[in-house]
Amino acid sequence: MRIACPLCGERDSREFSYKGAALALGYPSEEAGFEAWDDYLHKRDNPAGPTRELWYHGSGCTAWLVVTRNTMTHEILSVELAEDAPESAQENTQGANA
Amino acid sequence: MRFSALRVLKEGLTGNKGWTPHWRDPAPKPEYDAIIIGGGGHGLSTAYYLAKNHGMTNIAVLEKGYIGGGNVGRNTTIVRANYGLEGNSQFYSHSLKLWEGLEQDLNYNAMMSQRGIINLFHSDGQRDAAARRANMMISQGDDAELLDKHTVRKLLPNLNHDNIRFPIYGGLYHKRGGTARHDAVAWGFARGADQRGVDLIQNCEVTGIDIENGVVKGVQTTRGAIKAKKVGMVVAGRSGQVAAMAGMRLPVESHVLQAFVTEGLKPCVDHVVTFGMGHMYMSQSDKGGLVFGGDLDFYASYAQRGNLPTKEHVMEAAMCLMPQIGKARVLRSWGGIMDMSPDGSFIMDKTQVDGLFVNTGWCYGGFKAVPASGYCMAHLMATGQPHEVAARHRLDRFETGRGLMDEEASGSQHNLH
Repeated sequence: MRIACPLCGERDSREFSYKGAALALGYPSEEAGFEAWDDYLHKRDNPAGPTRELWYHGSGCTAWLVVTRNTMTHEILSVELAEDAPESAQENTQGANA
Repeated sequence: MRFSALRVLKEGLTGNKGWTPHWRDPAPKPEYDAIIIGGGGHGLSTAYYLAKNHGMTNIAVLEKGYIGGGNVGRNTTIVRANYGLEGNSQFYSHSLKLWEGLEQDLNYNAMMSQRGIINLFHSDGQRDAAARRANMMISQGDDAELLDKHTVRKLLPNLNHDNIRFPIYGGLYHKRGGTARHDAVAWGFARGADQRGVDLIQNCEVTGIDIENGVVKGVQTTRGAIKAKKVGMVVAGRSGQVAAMAGMRLPVESHVLQAFVTEGLKPCVDHVVTFGMGHMYMSQSDKGGLVFGGDLDFYASYAQRGNLPTKEHVMEAAMCLMPQIGKARVLRSWGGIMDMSPDGSFIMDKTQVDGLFVNTGWCYGGFKAVPASGYCMAHLMATGQPHEVAARHRLDRFETGRGLMDEEASGSQHNLH
């Protein structure tokens, strides 16, 4: 598996570490309650197919990346810097429509 | 048909013409008292114990592929009861006791081999931790013995005992641990369930779960709709997709775990050996292949195969522990899909839907749990109450933070176990 870092180019996956689903880009408010925090911290869509996730380029430029990857095939569909990425894929779609 | 030495002799003398299939291949009936989604080790043992312990025989196991084609055929076959945490400890202790009587119970040769497990340690601190764990195992009623370095050298002469970074100081010896033939475990439970009237329905993928007013009514499948009063989801790595059909999101992320086997060698490793410092463990199969594995690839995956960096890491650890392994060729590698829970322990519980039960989150330790998982899941589905040795494994423990089952004390979030 090779990941194309927007800053460094295509690199061996050994340079990166996996954080998890990209929902960690945003988080619930302090008042949101147990259920919202449970959704955020523990529950996962865990899709078999394309998924958005956070990777860290620790042995490279140290950027946080949002990688869209197919969990069935390990194919990497797109990579963007986390600082440029919308908090959720849904917002991404809405952004594209707007 | 019962298996016995006499039967083997008779069949041998008469051309082996009297053997019959181990289980039927029935078409699904329109309705069952209970349906188990998933014909893996846990699903089959659930069906077996529902029939045997609770007299429920009008039940079906729905398997989207074939019996034995999932994780029960993709593991490293290790059986043990060396857990320390209240809850896990009782559960795995119960499981090992079931393993010990399993072959007689099933009338099936599962090649259960209590060859002993040795967890190596390499420092004084690790020795203390091993002694503590040994005491916990003994307190639980299981066996544990602390071996000094001379004894480990005698038992495992082919390891590198004098590695400068990881010299072997000794080992924690769990004599009743060992291995079992994974396929035979699936086949034995399948045959036992089938003999008690359970329908094992293969090539039958569940495509929907029917729920009315918060009560489960049955499932939709690729072989038609099937009604049932009770449905158990026992699908390991695929738990997320099946639960989604019931409108649930689970605290589970599916990861790939790889394992490897070498060509057949003469006997050189008599026990199951774990090398924690290298995240590597190994045993020798009856065919002579060294079966070994390591850590997760550490990214979400359903691919049933991993990538090269983890392979390289595991091979390096194997070379570090046992340099002569470098002469052996690796025949095969494979990956299984692990249902990773945030705290590293499994989940067995009712859901918010009446009659719908969930069994998931086995992380990388599902095989040794096969008998007790089915035993307790059957109890839960039949009585509506958790079995006492699995009562702590609640689905809601993450939301409330009460009763987390963090065996490794590494935290209760994804990607930590």
